[in-house]
Amino acid sequence: MSGFIEEVQLYGPGFLEAAWTVFGLTILTIVVSWACGLLAALAQRSKWKSARVAAGFYIWFIRGTPTLIQVFIIYFGLPQIGIRLSPFTAGVIALGINSGAYVAEIVRGGLNAIPRGQNESALALGFSPSETMRTIILPQVFRIILPAVTNEAISTLKNTSLLSTITVVELTLYAQTLIAATFRPFEFYIAVAVIYLLLTTILTFVASWLERRYANLG
Amino acid sequence: MSEQLLKLREIRKSFGENEVLKGVSLDVKAGEVVSIIGASGSGKSTFLRSINALEMPQSGFMEFEGLSFDFRPASRFFPTPSQLQSLRARVGMVFQSYNLWPHMTVLENVTHAPIRLLKLPRARAIEEAEALLSRIGLFEKRHSYPSRLSGGQQQRVAIARALAMKPRLMLFDEVTSALDPELVHEVLVLMASLASEGMTMLLVTHEIAFARDVSSRVLFFDKGVIAEEGPPDILRHPESDRLKQFLHRILHDDVGHSFSNDQGQGAQA
Repeated sequence: MSGFIEEVQLYGPGFLEAAWTVFGLTILTIVVSWACGLLAALAQRSKWKSARVAAGFYIWFIRGTPTLIQVFIIYFGLPQIGIRLSPFTAGVIALGINSGAYVAEIVRGGLNAIPRGQNESALALGFSPSETMRTIILPQVFRIILPAVTNEAISTLKNTSLLSTITVVELTLYAQTLIAATFRPFEFYIAVAVIYLLLTTILTFVASWLERRYANLG
Repeated sequence: MSEQLLKLREIRKSFGENEVLKGVSLDVKAGEVVSIIGASGSGKSTFLRSINALEMPQSGFMEFEGLSFDFRPASRFFPTPSQLQSLRARVGMVFQSYNLWPHMTVLENVTHAPIRLLKLPRARAIEEAEALLSRIGLFEKRHSYPSRLSGGQQQRVAIARALAMKPRLMLFDEVTSALDPELVHEVLVLMASLASEGMTMLLVTHEIAFARDVSSRVLFFDKGVIAEEGPPDILRHPESDRLKQFLHRILHDDVGHSFSNDQGQGAQA
């Protein structure tokens, strides 16, 4: 049996690259999901019925179907209608849209938690509804929902492992490749688990730093 | 002869079946202090909130500083969003529940609107806000967050926040109702000093003594109309039975109690 140091030297760079891919997937997916989530949450309280219906359908569909199927629809389904995406891009879009539905529900809860008077006092000074939303309401919503969106980000990070099925070389697929060559699933899956754990821990630290930073307000 | 500042005609508003304002008209001259009293549900708060269109009336006319509105929905003079903003920027409003923004410091609360809406340079806005905060005795608290302040302090900051926009008219919606009794006084003192400086004010209030001593006119609302109107003296010698009954219900035995005497004695629990 070769030494641990040598093993790390042999497989380490590959794992690092795969971990980096997971990191990139996660960050981009979070960006997409926040955009989708915010848009859907605001659409839900729009005065236009079509916007409310569209947002409701989006959330209903995404929450009611398996994430893996959504990934397949984007990656395998879309080319049929002429939209061909790289595995990485398809993965970010699929997971972003997926997580966005959950973020929308979180944002909706946050919006409901803001007293009506916050909105009124800004409008009464002459702020437009959109500027009120941007400078008065959303900053408060952000503080309220931070713990919940952290959870969502962690689950997004773990969901990136689903993208192994559409050939994104992230941690899971990389490990599977090595296992196919070495027949040592136990060590490699444990190694992968530890790396995921490390990544989610980092994410948790960042989130709790943000929470501490904003905790003293209000 | 002071100028006419605000003119309201036949303001009507219903919530579903419930007609809350049944055609209310009012003229306010610059410098007047108009107190609005009445039982809860009489429409007084809705009326106040319709002046800056936080409650949009269903019909009626309004004139304020060159703006004229016809609130009938299909009207050519129905307020546009930008007209509404321009109206609200010139009409300050203070609420029962203060509604300071908890994510901003006291100073940021006061400077936010002047910087964003009046486009004041930041340094200038801060200078003006600090002058206002000194005036209300809260300069030391300028970097605190609202949650660190007492209710009375928060309400004074809310008044300063409205004043920072240099409004022509101030609306006060039961601004002392949510305060602990010992904190009411500091807010009333500030309002009295604004009144004495000539600020035009409309206030919905339960502080009968304050209304009597500070206002130039009193409106008594009952069931969606102004049931009695006149100089503050009507609070001593009401004409209508409805006002008599109302005053009897809320005053009990402290009729002789006066706001000016309170001021002399300072805050007492």
